[in-house]
Formats: sequence, structure tokens, C-alpha cells
Amino acid sequence: MKMVVCVKRVPDTAESEVHIDASGKDIDKSRLSFGINECDNYAVEEAIQIKERLGEGTVTVISLGDKDSDEVIRMALAKGGDEAIRLEDEAFKGGDGLAVAKALAAAIKGLEYDIVFTGALADDDGYGVVPAALGELLGVPHATYVKKVEILEPGKRAKVGRELEGGLLEFLEIDLPCVLGIQTGINEPRYASFKGIKQAAKKEIAIKSAADLGLDASEVGEAGSWAVLEQFTPPVVGEMAEILEGEPDETAAKLAAILKEKGLV
Amino acid sequence: MKDIFVLMEHRRGEMRDVSVEMLCGAAKLGGTVVAVLLGKDVDAFAEKAAGYADKVLYVNDPLFENYNSEAYQKALSALIKEHGPGLLLIGNTAQGVDLAPALAVELGASLVTDITALEMDGDKPKPTRTFYGGKLDAHFAMKDADLYILTVREATFTAEEPSKSGEIVKVDNPVTEDISYRKFVEYVEPEVGEVDITQSAMLVGVGRGIREDKNLPVVEELAQALGADLAASRAVVDAGWLPADRQVGISGKTVKPKLYLAVGISGAFQHVTGMKGSEVIVAINKDPDAPIFGIADYGIVDDLFKVVPKLTEKIKELKGA
Repeated sequence: MKMVVCVKRVPDTAESEVHIDASGKDIDKSRLSFGINECDNYAVEEAIQIKERLGEGTVTVISLGDKDSDEVIRMALAKGGDEAIRLEDEAFKGGDGLAVAKALAAAIKGLEYDIVFTGALADDDGYGVVPAALGELLGVPHATYVKKVEILEPGKRAKVGRELEGGLLEFLEIDLPCVLGIQTGINEPRYASFKGIKQAAKKEIAIKSAADLGLDASEVGEAGSWAVLEQFTPPVVGEMAEILEGEPDETAAKLAAILKEKGLV
Repeated sequence: MKDIFVLMEHRRGEMRDVSVEMLCGAAKLGGTVVAVLLGKDVDAFAEKAAGYADKVLYVNDPLFENYNSEAYQKALSALIKEHGPGLLLIGNTAQGVDLAPALAVELGASLVTDITALEMDGDKPKPTRTFYGGKLDAHFAMKDADLYILTVREATFTAEEPSKSGEIVKVDNPVTEDISYRKFVEYVEPEVGEVDITQSAMLVGVGRGIREDKNLPVVEELAQALGADLAASRAVVDAGWLPADRQVGISGKTVKPKLYLAVGISGAFQHVTGMKGSEVIVAINKDPDAPIFGIADYGIVDDLFKVVPKLTEKIKELKGA
């Protein structure tokens, strides 16, 4: 089976402060660390596990981004990816989920594939658009929020479980080729081996521009998006928590006293 | 103004709250509000929707007994081509996210997902949504299109009392193609574990701030001192540090304990949805901008590894006294 995995390099903001930059349309990324989007990491693992289970197949890693994205591509190669393509063009900048899906679709159309894996949604923008949009653009069925994949017949049909609200799983059968948007927790992503990292360092990453993909600048990036981000603002919050001030010893004592007063201790 | 279509979402005999919320939100935008209901023998939902809509388009067909994005896409596409609405609202749910992007691509509509607020500029939506796990609001301008589609986060609009009695129009199923290339099989319930956290009086919720599973004793000791059970954010369950039945949030449990003590949890919407009904919410997080402080009653902005052991100690002292 031929599999494609789409990965994105994103800033890790889960535990960091986020500051809006001077443009008002982006954040100050100078103090943030970057890595593979969380869902994408599970998508890479799922493709590699299927290849290992079947004992045959290839995994092609695709990412849209500048040279910095090579780091996440090479990590996916080190874990068991076979080939890599990076989509880079000034014209791709500022695109939403549709614009990204169009670039990915143009790159994937030229490949043979049975399953395209993507993350279900991105940690940064959270659009969640790529799996279903990519399926439609490629003219193949899709399913997103996928938390189980079973290959019923290689190259023909799969059974997938989608995670719904409350943790309910919706199982469906789907014809291949298809696009699957992978949810976190579907597997246990491996760490790359030292040997894998060394081998991946030597692999070639094919770079494709919009023109290489037969895309006009008007179809991608901000011009090819459904919507354009006009401005970031701090979120509107309700009444903020009463923040207990002091050293750990003091804050802990204050909180314990409050819990006691409320009859919770 | 062109009509506003609102997709009614339901599963296994229950209509999702977001469906009624969207009907109420749509009613404030001006224009005719049309509820679109696809299902099998869901007359009761048609009646309910009619209380909030000017019209209900009801397709009653076995094809829609269970949700299938292919069936939904084909039916909606046909209904939209026939009726020409200017705006379509879909819940930003596991169904909505599976459906809306493909439908928008097919129809050449403009789409923004997971909106949390909406203003209109004439016929054109100006949606707001969040970025970076709720740490920022992002305001969008949409590209001109004949149809705008928005997927709407729960509680973006407020459900009100029914005040309309829309006409229920039964429509023949417009889908004639074979869609066996994507076929519903079954629902499988999540596994049930030892502790039912929906019944716990007190919960200590653990988030990704705990960093490694070997650090879990820090919060286990606090939970033990309090007589609380442990709950978890998605990140902790995904990592396999706590079992899935401890997960609080949209894809986990909804809990309403007397005390929810969130430790190292940033408070992304997906988690908050499952615990915001708790009586007293306390958050310990080193990021002062963590959204959890926006819903907590009390907060400590500090390193959890410094504060939690002290808190455990103080609670033991109080209990011993």
C-alpha cells in the first residue's frame, strides 16, 4: 500500500504565553519552540504501523512550509518514512485550510496513493478543514477524527472508527483510496532511533513550488483562501479567577484555608 | 437578504443543543430561518425545530438513520442548489467538521470553522474564532461567495424559548446515487472503568503540565489528601498516563463536582466544556494567560511542582487538626 502523510510544523503554545506582534495578525514566535503538530505525529505513526503490519508499502511525507519544516519531515523519515516532499513558495503564505488543502491536493494528485493521512486539526489555527477538503479536492472519500484504522483489504477497503462527542466511536467502512484525518491517542508514537535519524539525514527532500504543482498564485495562500485573518485580540474572558499571591508556601496556605471555609476540606 | 439554512444535528434519538442555539442565533440576523432536518422518522425533531424556525425542510429517509457525511453532503448540496440560501450554519461537532469543508469545496462556498462569535456586514458574515487553544481571538473577513458556511461552536448563541411555528415541508430524498464507498457500520461505547468520575464529589484534574507519568504521585497525593478522584485532560489520556475513563471534556465526560482543582491544565475549550459546571473551580498553572483562569474561581500562577506538595501538606494539617 502506498501511503502519504501530511505534516505541519507548529509553535508549541500549550504552556507558553502568547503575544500578538506589531502587525496584529501574527504572534511573536521568537521565544517559542517548534515541533510537529500533535495529531500529525499520530498520523505518521499510524502510517508506519500499517506498513509494518502489512509487511509492505511506502510512506511519503509531505509538508507545506519553509526550510525550517525539514526538521519535522526528517523526524518522520527517521521513524520509518520513505520519501519526502516539501511545498514551498511565497505564494503559499497566509493561506487558510482550503489554500493548504489545494496545495497538498496538487502535490498528491501526481502520486500513487491508497491512503492519505493528515492530522484531524492543527494546534495553532485549529481549523480542522484539511481532511474533508482534501478528500473533496482529490475526489476520494474521507473521514476525520479517526481513532481506529483496520485495513480490510489492502488497496481496496478499510474500517475506521471516528471519535464522536463523549468518546463514542462511529465505525464505518470506506473505499480506498481515501483521506483519513487522525485524532490524537490513536496509537503510541515512537521515538526515532539514532540509526533512523542518521539515515534520514541523508535522504533527499523534493522541493515543489506553486508553479511545479501547476498552481497559479491566485489559487493558493491568502488569495486562494476562504477567509483572511484581519486581527488578533486577547480573548474575551468572563470574570477572572481571584489570583492568590505569594510564595508557594503562602498561596498553598491561602488556598487550603479557602477550601476549608467552603467545607471542602 | 437570502435565506439562512441551519442544519439540525441529531444522533440516536437526541437532537444536539447546538442545533437550537444556531436557530436562535440565526433568528437575530434577519432573513428567513430554515431548519434542515435529515433523518429517519424524526417527526418530533421537526416539530421542535418548527418552534424556532420560519420553515423546516424535513427529509425522512432510511439513508439518514445514522449520520454519513457523504449522504449529508449530497442531500444538502441538492437542497442548497434548489433553494439558494445565502448562509448555512452547521454545528462544529464531529459530524460538522467531517461535512462542512467538503461541502464548501463542492459548492464553491466560503467557509470558516469553529466560530465563537458572529457579526454581519450586510449579507456577509464577519466571524470570530479562537487560535492557539483559546489563547487568542481571531477576527476574519470572508471572501465573497454566493453561499457562506459557518461551523458554530457550542454555546456561541444562546438557546431561548420557542417563539415560532414554522411550516414543516416534507421533501423527497434528493440522494439517488450509491454511496456504499462510505458505509456506517456501528457505534461503539467507550469503555467503562473502575471509577465513574461523573459521580465524584471532588476531582483533581491533571493536564499536560505534569510533564511525565513519573510525576503523577504529586497529584495523586493531593487527591488522596482531599479525598478526591483524579481526572485528566486529553493530553494526559493520549499519552497513556491515565485511562480514558478519566478524561474530562467534549470527547470525554462532563462532570459537575463540588470542587474541580485543575493542575497544569491550560483550559482549552474542549476541556472546559466538560467541567465548567463544577461548583468551585481552582486552577494552578504557571501561565498567567492560561484560559483556565477565565473560568476558575481561584487561581495560583506558579509552578505546580512547587505549589502542589505544599498544598497537600496544608490540607493534611487541616484534616489532622
